Amino acid sequence: MPRHKLIASESDVSIEVDEGKDNEFSLYYVEVEENSKGGKEKQATRDGKRRRERNGEVNRRRASEKRSTEMGDKRAERKHEKHHKTTRKEGEKHRKRPRRRSADEEEAEKESSKEKKNIKNERTKTIKLEDEKEKDVKKKRKKHVKNEEDDANPGKTKQKDCQEVALKEKKKKRKKPETTSESESQSESNSDSESKDNPAVGVLGSLTPEELEKLKEAVDERKKLITTLKGKPWPMKKKLVILRESQEFVEKYEGALGKGKGRKLYAYKVLMMKKWMKFQRDLDNFKTACIPWEMKIKEIESHFGSSVASYFIFLRWMYGINMILFGLTFGLVMVPEALMGKPYGSMPRKTVPRVEEASAMNFAVLWDFGGYAKYSVLFYGYYNNQRAIGWLKFRMPLSYFLVGVGTVAYSYMVVIRTMARNANEEGGGDDTSFNFSWKTFTSWDYLIGNPETADNKFASITTSFKEAIVEEQESRKDDNIHLTRFLRVLANFLVLCCLAGSGYLIYFVVRRSQKFALEGLENYGWWERNEVNMVMSLLGMFCPMLFDVISTLENYHPRIALQWQLGRIFALFLGNLYTFIIALMDAIQLKRAEEEIVKKNMTIWQASLYNGTVPDNSTALPITVHPADVPRGPCWETMVGQEFVRLIISDTMTTYITLLIGDFFRAVLVRFLNNCWCWDLEYGFPSYSEFDVSGNVLGLIFNQGMIWMGAFYAPCLPALNLLRLHVSMYLQCWAVMCCNVPQERVFKASGSSNFYMAMLLVILFLSTLPAIYTIVSIPPSFDCGPFSGKNRMFDVIQETLETDFPAWIGKVFSYASNPGLVLSFLLLLVLAIYYLQSTSKTYKRVNMELKKKLQTQNEENKKKNKLAALKAANELEQAKKAGEQCSNSASDLGVNEESSSIDEAGHRRQAGQNGRLIHPSQSHHTQNSEPPVSSTHTTTRPPASRGHTASGHLPGHPQKNAHSNRR
Amino acid sequence: MGGTSSKLSKDLLSEYQELTFLTKQEILMAHKIFSELQDKENGPYSARVSMEKVFTLPELKSNPFRKRICQVFSTSDLKDGSLSFEDFLDLLSAFSDSATLEIKSHYAFRIFDFDDDGTLDARDLEKLVNSLTGETDDTRLTGEEMKQLIGNILEESDIDKDGTVNLSEFQHVISRSPDFVSSFKIVM
Repeated sequence: MPRHKLIASESDVSIEVDEGKDNEFSLYYVEVEENSKGGKEKQATRDGKRRRERNGEVNRRRASEKRSTEMGDKRAERKHEKHHKTTRKEGEKHRKRPRRRSADEEEAEKESSKEKKNIKNERTKTIKLEDEKEKDVKKKRKKHVKNEEDDANPGKTKQKDCQEVALKEKKKKRKKPETTSESESQSESNSDSESKDNPAVGVLGSLTPEELEKLKEAVDERKKLITTLKGKPWPMKKKLVILRESQEFVEKYEGALGKGKGRKLYAYKVLMMKKWMKFQRDLDNFKTACIPWEMKIKEIESHFGSSVASYFIFLRWMYGINMILFGLTFGLVMVPEALMGKPYGSMPRKTVPRVEEASAMNFAVLWDFGGYAKYSVLFYGYYNNQRAIGWLKFRMPLSYFLVGVGTVAYSYMVVIRTMARNANEEGGGDDTSFNFSWKTFTSWDYLIGNPETADNKFASITTSFKEAIVEEQESRKDDNIHLTRFLRVLANFLVLCCLAGSGYLIYFVVRRSQKFALEGLENYGWWERNEVNMVMSLLGMFCPMLFDVISTLENYHPRIALQWQLGRIFALFLGNLYTFIIALMDAIQLKRAEEEIVKKNMTIWQASLYNGTVPDNSTALPITVHPADVPRGPCWETMVGQEFVRLIISDTMTTYITLLIGDFFRAVLVRFLNNCWCWDLEYGFPSYSEFDVSGNVLGLIFNQGMIWMGAFYAPCLPALNLLRLHVSMYLQCWAVMCCNVPQERVFKASGSSNFYMAMLLVILFLSTLPAIYTIVSIPPSFDCGPFSGKNRMFDVIQETLETDFPAWIGKVFSYASNPGLVLSFLLLLVLAIYYLQSTSKTYKRVNMELKKKLQTQNEENKKKNKLAALKAANELEQAKKAGEQCSNSASDLGVNEESSSIDEAGHRRQAGQNGRLIHPSQSHHTQNSEPPVSSTHTTTRPPASRGHTASGHLPGHPQKNAHSNRR
Repeated sequence: MGGTSSKLSKDLLSEYQELTFLTKQEILMAHKIFSELQDKENGPYSARVSMEKVFTLPELKSNPFRKRICQVFSTSDLKDGSLSFEDFLDLLSAFSDSATLEIKSHYAFRIFDFDDDGTLDARDLEKLVNSLTGETDDTRLTGEEMKQLIGNILEESDIDKDGTVNLSEFQHVISRSPDFVSSFKIVM
């Protein structure tokens, strides 16, 4: 208890010190203020004579003050002392009622006398005295405000706050007497009246440059205060008062600063600054108003806590990215081709072939993105390889290529930037040394506004507490570790089987679909045509459930279980995706073989065309064949694009349908059948579904991966995805609000966001790999797409360099792409990465060390302080007892002499620990060696033995003891 | 509802924007909510809304610290936890998205400091844990567990080993927590 008090009072002391200092500075402000005020007044009256007079007075006053500070004028001293008194009173007031500092002065004065009694601690008093001395010294130095503040406990913001409070309060109080022309408050009026002796004096122009500088600094200070005011934990009333005052102050003196031309400029600058600030604030307001779905997400946040909301925020973020991707592909690829490229039907690649014409407009065909949809800007094959199109000479193939690369590059950039930002925000979160404190102080999610969620949260917090306690005790009983181990191995085996099975199933289905495709899809029904996508979607739907069942075998901690579950689903999706891609690669090879045949047939066809119809005279017009009749290659790129589009569509459909059946119908059934069912449906078996955050996030991530993979071959994919995200935003928001119950295990959202991002990055990387592979290593089709006729797709870059740029650039590029140069550049990059990584590691280590050092130093300081305080208290006690003991010493001298020799070791220990073990050793003493002396006697005088050692009855050690005890 | 309170003047609005972490829309929204609360208040019109009425807000309804929150932000002389509009704005500002860690941790400390003595001692911590685990008996911790838990908390956070957690220690602990800023939020 006394320690506690000590600390409280210590902080008071420091507050008080700062206030004291500031007091003087605010006094200075008033001076300046009055000077300038007088100046204005004077400018109005234009009274030259009075001006001189006043100036003289100002100078005189300044001189006298100088004298007073140098020589230590008595009156000044008295004034300061009075100041200190008032500030001390105020300091006490602040301690007692930190929240209500703005209460009026008189009340404080009444209270102050009472509160003074609270300060009993001697140490506090001594510190106070020291501080006062120090303060006086500082005052004599008369530094300006800035320096002073730097001196005053740097880094202690709380004190700084108080400092500013004091400053403002003083200011306010000073102003009052000014306006009412005669002082009302007793304490402050002293200093005021002094400065009032010479009424409103001086001109602004007469201020010395240093004073101007100081005024400027004061103004800047105010400005800084205004901007930081919102970060102060004060009640609004006070903030308002301070804000108004500061603004007034700033306004008053801002324009007055500077001279002549500079002054106008300054005023202008200030004005512009103000306008700019206002504009910025409006812009911020506008920006927040523009964030879509903010209210929806907030509503969900308040019902389901931050983790469910984090999914929707992630969804919104995805939406933003897809918006950009869509803008790129739509604006730079699709629209130019549609507007400026050759129109539909002008060439074979832009026409539906004759055989398909009949069914090209059927809904079923269009739904599969066949028919007219296939031969449109939506797919790769439609684009012409004409180098420049339209009057703009738009470089279509180049644009197509660059957009493809650009979307991927942009995605990488965004994901990595977000990750870096998240990592920054989380900085230092990995520190696990505050496990319990964090659990206690930060585990409540204040967003929760739903009683049900709150109940879940209570339960989860309780279990987390209990678990943590159990873990801490490490008395966790391992019931049959062999069984759990076996079960875990079994579970993993089962999961692996599932994964392998699903992979094989997909591979099988894709191969089968190729067979179907070769034989012609028309002969088969809907299932055969959509088999691949359906199988993939169904696997994606049911396998996670299976994993969930399997994971109950493992008996993991829920958090770890969740991680396993996520990892397994990730593996499943990834496996499925890659099987799909491998199967697709096979399909590409098949198509390419087909293409070779078509190419051969093409020449035969052309020859036959000419042979059959070419008349004898060779000058006849070239034969025109309707483009629909021209034989054409299979165009594997369009096929790939189509596959991805179908995949996305079926994936979206399954998601929505699961949502409807699994959430909505389930909820409806449970709600309405509950009345006539034999068990409680709502809390029993089916119950309502929970919102599965991690599963949904994974679905979203994989969906995005497919977009990235397929976007190059189907420019319409981002648009489709945009649509999908938009719909799912509304649909899922609705579903969550109407048919889901809050999660039982409420997890925190933070911390997982970077986990999601990391998964997204992995998926991005994995999905760009196949795309890059196909672009780089497979030659494009000969008769469709923007790169037809080229050997490789990226040849378009070279072509552009050669034809559109001056020759030397091409040369530079060819030199730059020389393998020697590229290799060395790569080497340099690797070295740079290595270097940066090692430096960052070093920084981290240094940072950690610094942290540790700070911490230990802090602890040491506190310990020292405490020890000092303890010792002071001990000494006091000792001194008190000393007199008492002196009278008694004669009686038990003999006994103690014997006992102390026995107890020497104990004393030494006591000394080594600076008096901390006094009581234990004394109890030893009394128990072991003082049987003749009655116990009551010793307990009433605990330091008796110390008195002996201190008074030097024992030779050698006791002397030392006494010294160390005193020190 | 007097003409002055039913509509915020432009100056005041901009001042509030300057002084809080709220945007204009949020302040207007808060004003609307507050006026509704004032309307609900039976009895004579006053600038303050009693604590019970504030509790009816869905955002505070299930919060175990709602009483403390009102008490901390209230500037009422009666210490009844009633809020004026400005107190209400203070509350929303501290709990807003863009408020700094410093101000959030400051208020969190005051909310957790149940007896208003400036430090979190064992009794405060016990109350805090009890609020966190809910009112029902089956979620309560046993005395033994509570003792252990509080001991652990103090061991971790009480750097100067004086048996209590003071503001700077609290802020030190909180500033390293990854979730505090994201969960110490109330949105209207």
